Amino acid sequence: MSVDIATVKHVARLARIAVDDADAERMTGELNAILGFVEQLNKVDVTGVEPMTSVIPMEMKKRQDAVTDGGKAADIVANAPATEDNFFQVPKVVE
Amino acid sequence: MTDLTRLTIAEARSKLKEKEFSALELTNAYLDAIDAANPALNAYVAVTHDKAHAMAEAADKRLAAGGAGALEGIPLGVKDLFATEGVHTQAGSHILDGFEPRYESTVTANLWADGAVMLGKLNMDEFAMGSSNETSYYGPVTNPWRAKDDNKALVPGGSSGGSAAAVASWLCAGATATDTGGSIRQPAAFTGTVGIKPTYGRCSRWGTVAFASSLDQAGPIARDVRDAAILLRSMASSDPKDTTSVTQDVPDYEAALGQSVKGLKIGIPKEYRMDGMPDEIEKLWQQGIAWMKDAGAEIVDISLPHTKYALPAYYIVAPAEASSNLARYDGVRYGLRVPGKDIIDMYEKTRAAGFGREVKRRVMIGTYVLSAGYYDAYYVQAQKVRTLIKKDFEDVFAAGVDAILTPATPSAAFGIADENMASDPVKMYLNDIFTVTVNMAGLPGIAVPGGLDAKGLPLGLQLIGRPFDEEMLFRTAHVIEQAAGRFEPTKWW
Repeated sequence: MSVDIATVKHVARLARIAVDDADAERMTGELNAILGFVEQLNKVDVTGVEPMTSVIPMEMKKRQDAVTDGGKAADIVANAPATEDNFFQVPKVVE
Repeated sequence: MTDLTRLTIAEARSKLKEKEFSALELTNAYLDAIDAANPALNAYVAVTHDKAHAMAEAADKRLAAGGAGALEGIPLGVKDLFATEGVHTQAGSHILDGFEPRYESTVTANLWADGAVMLGKLNMDEFAMGSSNETSYYGPVTNPWRAKDDNKALVPGGSSGGSAAAVASWLCAGATATDTGGSIRQPAAFTGTVGIKPTYGRCSRWGTVAFASSLDQAGPIARDVRDAAILLRSMASSDPKDTTSVTQDVPDYEAALGQSVKGLKIGIPKEYRMDGMPDEIEKLWQQGIAWMKDAGAEIVDISLPHTKYALPAYYIVAPAEASSNLARYDGVRYGLRVPGKDIIDMYEKTRAAGFGREVKRRVMIGTYVLSAGYYDAYYVQAQKVRTLIKKDFEDVFAAGVDAILTPATPSAAFGIADENMASDPVKMYLNDIFTVTVNMAGLPGIAVPGGLDAKGLPLGLQLIGRPFDEEMLFRTAHVIEQAAGRFEPTKWW
């Protein structure tokens, strides 16, 4: 399988990365080189093989569903580019 | 006084206890070396002079009081991927501009709890995506090694290029690093240092900037096998904050050194003999086999039939996980923000400006292989192949093999801005051909120097072990180290 420029622009949109025509053209070649490389996986017989979900067999650790942390709003917003009263500020999303 | 920066961790540890010098003197020796060398090597992206002084003074107090920890007063460098409270943490990326976390990663917290001193943050490929340290927003790191009679600047490997270069050039006693496809072992091999990627789950991933969560694992880069064992014992832990952190005691890895390898079965996988592999790599491998045989190990030929599919499967799984993990960099919660006409425009412009080319490429691949209609063809297929890769290893270990010996990399260090590498992303990816299988199977792997090539550049051997049998790797790597000796660059910087 290979991708064309229109697909690359669509994927860039899904990935939320702005690309111009020159970027998209360059990326098309690069992505096709990688997709060409991974194509060989289709040759592997995977009949009856389960896809891997956990590389080391272990039981997921669980804990009581209780509040164990919190009260640190100032820490959480400390690195944000724009905040007000411990809220993140973003461009207007609702008219 | 002899140059304190030349001491191994084991040597410095005993001399600090004997009060031959103080932790502050040792720390200052390293800070002076960093200040002098970093303009040439670019190994550090931030040097924490004040913090290092304060930590060294506190270590001296504990040493005087007799309550010293396992790494008391030992000055370390930290890969920029680990969150360090109040200190530069940007994963080598522009998008985390100015990020200073309000928390400490579990791995670094473990080191400080054992008395280690932080010297600063080490350069790396952006978000650990790269094999040459050239994708860093802070520019490439220069390898302290040069070919004989040649001044050409070489890469230190990647992604932990800053860690490996700093250890090899005596700019820290040891360093933290991470390995998703070979990012500890390949730079260790390129710099004549020792690097171990432990079993997935041995070191907590909490507070480590995520690249590919099912593959990422922290480990040390050190000057010798003993130092790597000392560091891993402190870095590893069981952590309730990471659900994939294993609940298992951390052994005293140092105790494995010096144990005989007599009668151990060392597997030699025929699939690692690649077409076009340089003769020098084959020669190194044969030398490693001979050393193990001389030490009394039994050499057995083994087959890992799905080896050649590990790298292509990796380049689906790792970018897929990366595209998901890197979705958090949106210009809202931390780091860079580029204004836009609406919120989507802001996201897109921020990510376009904040991510470098390699990171964008991988996020795009990941987004594509996870997108509707392609998920089964790419992602599910790759995860099935991954099951087969892991089974290959399980079969040979079940047949009684104790460890597997391979070359660490298909070549020695190459030049910065190598045109051959730049022309095709897949060529750069091939650097990880011998290391990536280990991540795909979650196993531990160690790179240990095996010798120098004809140009005088270091080459590494890799040993791969059973899950959580890092002790076997320290034991066997130590035998290689005893036979091969240690390798140091000639100082030119």
